[in-house]
Amino acid sequence: MPRALKGALLPIGLMLLWELCARSGFIVAESMSNPTAIAHAAWATVLDGSLLKATRETFGAALAGMALGASLGIVCGIAFGLWRLLAALMRLSTEALRPIPSVALIPLALLIYGYGFRMEIAVVAFASFWPLLIITENAVRGIEPRLIEVSRALGFGVVDRVIKIVLPAALPRVFVGLRLAAAVSLVVAVTVEITANPIGLGYALIVAQESMKPDRMFVFLIWIGFLGWLVNAVLLRAQQRWFGRMGNWAEHGR
Amino acid sequence: MRSPLARFVGSAVVMLALIGLWQLGANAGVISPVFFPGPDRSFGTLWDQLHDAEFWHAFSETLRRMVLGFVSASIVGVAAGAAIGLSANVRAYVEPTLELIRPLPASAVIPVFVLMIGLNERMIIAVIAFASLWPVLLGTVHGFKTIEPRLIEVSRMLHLTRMELIFKIALPNAMPDIFAGLRLALTVSLILAVVTEMLSGMPGLGHNIIMAARSFRSADLYAGIIVLGAIGYLTNVTLERVERHVLRWRNDPSSAA
Repeated sequence: MPRALKGALLPIGLMLLWELCARSGFIVAESMSNPTAIAHAAWATVLDGSLLKATRETFGAALAGMALGASLGIVCGIAFGLWRLLAALMRLSTEALRPIPSVALIPLALLIYGYGFRMEIAVVAFASFWPLLIITENAVRGIEPRLIEVSRALGFGVVDRVIKIVLPAALPRVFVGLRLAAAVSLVVAVTVEITANPIGLGYALIVAQESMKPDRMFVFLIWIGFLGWLVNAVLLRAQQRWFGRMGNWAEHGR
Repeated sequence: MRSPLARFVGSAVVMLALIGLWQLGANAGVISPVFFPGPDRSFGTLWDQLHDAEFWHAFSETLRRMVLGFVSASIVGVAAGAAIGLSANVRAYVEPTLELIRPLPASAVIPVFVLMIGLNERMIIAVIAFASLWPVLLGTVHGFKTIEPRLIEVSRMLHLTRMELIFKIALPNAMPDIFAGLRLALTVSLILAVVTEMLSGMPGLGHNIIMAARSFRSADLYAGIIVLGAIGYLTNVTLERVERHVLRWRNDPSSAA
């Protein structure tokens, strides 16, 4: 049996079992729905535009939050990587803030910004700041010291040194960090929407559950899973294409 | 600044200075005290809470749910992961499905569990266990499938039984990957405990902080965030200790591979 067929066997089998159980009344259709009903509901959410609107909202918030958090993380990571004294002095403060679960900041963001995009962006930014800070700092530390010496000998200022030497050398690993942060930001955005914020895919999921429409709920759940898979697949492809073996080294090597 | 002690003192001074800045900012009232209480009020509230039975009830509820979900996920994850990882045949059937589920945000399954089980304690534990299962399972599968082929040859030469192969060679080999999965699962379990408490209204720290925010008790909110950060830190340190103890043979120079 070919490999792809083997892999497809389990999901297809589960779907058939699900459909069969629902039709025979073995599981309650009110809470579990069935694959055929979900397919119909999926078509309906596409037609009424709710799927597209929710996706746009979630992606917008996730992207804006990640842009903010990741760029701050990269800037701080470069500074910490270049000036060890700074990193040593900030160590305790960063170690105190890092273990705070991002979801614990949802109530605070809610208090400051109220419902809407801004509170979601703030929480996503906090969550995507940390992977970039840590990965960038390590990447900058790992740059061949002679490269830095060369830049000194050439009389580069700090700005030139960062743009011409540090950033290009650290880029493959920073990109791995961005890929991680993209996954994190999507997860956090959906979580914020499920917990508090009445926009996007997470909120659509909760509304479907509260109005007892399991078919609609599964449509959004499967769509969210697919988007997460897609984002990672696209970024992984880009990483291999742009950085090739450098990217693989950045992912696994030290 | 060479010695570790000087570094620690230096970074402690910086942290105290930052807390001082926080106090000055709060005193100056640049930002509304409604959501920006100073450290005096935040830590003062925290101190009061430490003498409050209700706080300790919420604290132990959150920790209990987190540990219950995490431990059950670890046991199932390692057992199932070992079974999948050891057999190339099983992997061919199961791995693509696992890869499909991997990127699914854990919190997105909450509504499904609520519909199936209802808004109650069992739902919370089930969600936490389900969400923390995947990192452990995937880590374990990876650990077991990447055994050095020569080690398997050696085990054949030594006529090891299947069980001996698993416990003497495969499991120690997979340990670092299993612990990587466990560390992720630990973070996930705390996050899901907080989220499900916020949603379900069951007593716990997650419920406490969302109520504090809704009634504009900002000092309570900050105290709650500090406690959750402390739980995240301490559980992580504990797991790291366990990991170092279990994996101590790896750094032992006499048995260096």
